[in-house]
Amino acid sequence: MLIKTKKNSDIRSSEITEPDTFKQRREFIKQSGQFALAAAGSLTAPELLAGSLPAPAPRAKIAGVTKGAFNAEQKPTKYKDITNYCNFYEFGTGKRDPSARAHTLKTSPWQVAIEGEVEKPGVYNLEDILKPHDFEERIYRFRCVEAWSMVVPWVGFPLSDLIKRFNPTSKAKYVEFQTLYDPENMPGQRRRILNWPYTEGLRMDEAMNPLTMMVVGLYGEVLPNQNGAPLRLIVPWKYGFKSIKSIAKIRFTEQQPTTAWNASAPREYGFYSNVNPAVSHPRWSQAKERVLGSGFFAKKVETKIFNGYAEQVASLYAGMDLRKFY
Amino acid sequence: MISERTISWLIKPVLFVACLLPLGFFSFDVISGELSADPVKDATLFTGEWTLRFLLITLCVTPLRRLMGWGWLVKLRRMLGLYSFFYACLHFTVWFWLDRELQFDDVLEDIIKRPYITVGFSAFILLIPLALTSNKFSIRRLKKRWQKLHKLIYLIAGLGVLHFLWLVKSDISEPLIYGVLLVLLLGIRAWWERQARTT
Repeated sequence: MLIKTKKNSDIRSSEITEPDTFKQRREFIKQSGQFALAAAGSLTAPELLAGSLPAPAPRAKIAGVTKGAFNAEQKPTKYKDITNYCNFYEFGTGKRDPSARAHTLKTSPWQVAIEGEVEKPGVYNLEDILKPHDFEERIYRFRCVEAWSMVVPWVGFPLSDLIKRFNPTSKAKYVEFQTLYDPENMPGQRRRILNWPYTEGLRMDEAMNPLTMMVVGLYGEVLPNQNGAPLRLIVPWKYGFKSIKSIAKIRFTEQQPTTAWNASAPREYGFYSNVNPAVSHPRWSQAKERVLGSGFFAKKVETKIFNGYAEQVASLYAGMDLRKFY
Repeated sequence: MISERTISWLIKPVLFVACLLPLGFFSFDVISGELSADPVKDATLFTGEWTLRFLLITLCVTPLRRLMGWGWLVKLRRMLGLYSFFYACLHFTVWFWLDRELQFDDVLEDIIKRPYITVGFSAFILLIPLALTSNKFSIRRLKKRWQKLHKLIYLIAGLGVLHFLWLVKSDISEPLIYGVLLVLLLGIRAWWERQARTT
């Protein structure tokens, strides 16, 4: 994997990051006492003394990331907000549980099983899954089914490039994804609040759409555990829960897969779950969304059909009743 | 027995401040930037949870009086009940103003269409007559009817728990805890009632 830890000779992130983001990062580093970085000489003595909490996972830049397509015009959400406001029930149902607890997830070594209607099935090491791909940064809107949203500079590559390498057969109509099942290190899996392991799925044409991404990082750095390290899916025109985290299995199927939230509450969470302001969740409206990090008094913004990606994806659903196939 | 003076000059003022502490801590979090990326949601949850907690605390007064023999506790009941109403008002305000952005149409639609809001809103409306008749004048005027009216708190607390239960996504453990406590607090009353009738 093309990941390196910080060295003295590296370009300082202040030179390539917008200044206020950099300041926030310094703040974050100060607060959490990053001894790994301190040892690399990027922190001064007073900052080192200020650190008192146990050292969190070191943050590492991903090398060779190019600028990608489909970038949102909105300003990216702060790193702190993206990484401290997560739904990752494997680590608890509170929004801050994942950032507090996901350090127990072991992301290396990591294997991904490729199964089902495919010519090259097998269990692959993550390094082999990632090796042929060039990483690009894409700034996508992210809309949660809970009516909040954020804008994230993801790092990854198109899912279609990955799928093509394994030659799905003509029977492959759907792709199913599964999160790692490891109750020992994912404490949330010890309670049956969902059918573990978390399962998601896409229709083949959705999976092959150029917007659909496999993600390994955000803000140019390795994905933090709470955001779904080491490998996650991003489908920006669907509600966030479709974008499954910490993927350990990819299966190609002829039948539509049973997905976790759909199984849990079929009336509330459909298989498609395309962002759609006109189709309410039974318990709340989807017409507007609250932008994370906008504070107490910011107005909510109008939600757009397909989260604003209609131009790229509306044709996938031509002739379908989106109220029925929600 | 605790003297009237101790209650009026020590216990009540201490309790008054203690009941404001949750709000104090929350305000501190607001100022120090400790809230999450969605502070409106934080405020909604915080005020809702404390409304429910104060309802249950208020319902503890009678059982504690009987079980522990602390007759003087009844003198604190009004303040506890009014604090439930205080946190409920904050909860409603946060929802109506910050969350629904004062959109009357949206709010009306929510109240009609979304069961968890229907029950939550009903509970809030039912609290109003209790708060209005919590003074000595009303107690004297309404006499027996006052007792009856204030039994509404059982229904209100039930609706409050239901409101919480119906709004969570899949993890019902927290509303369930409130539900179990409420069943215990109401159950003990029902049991005493039955005993009183049979003997």
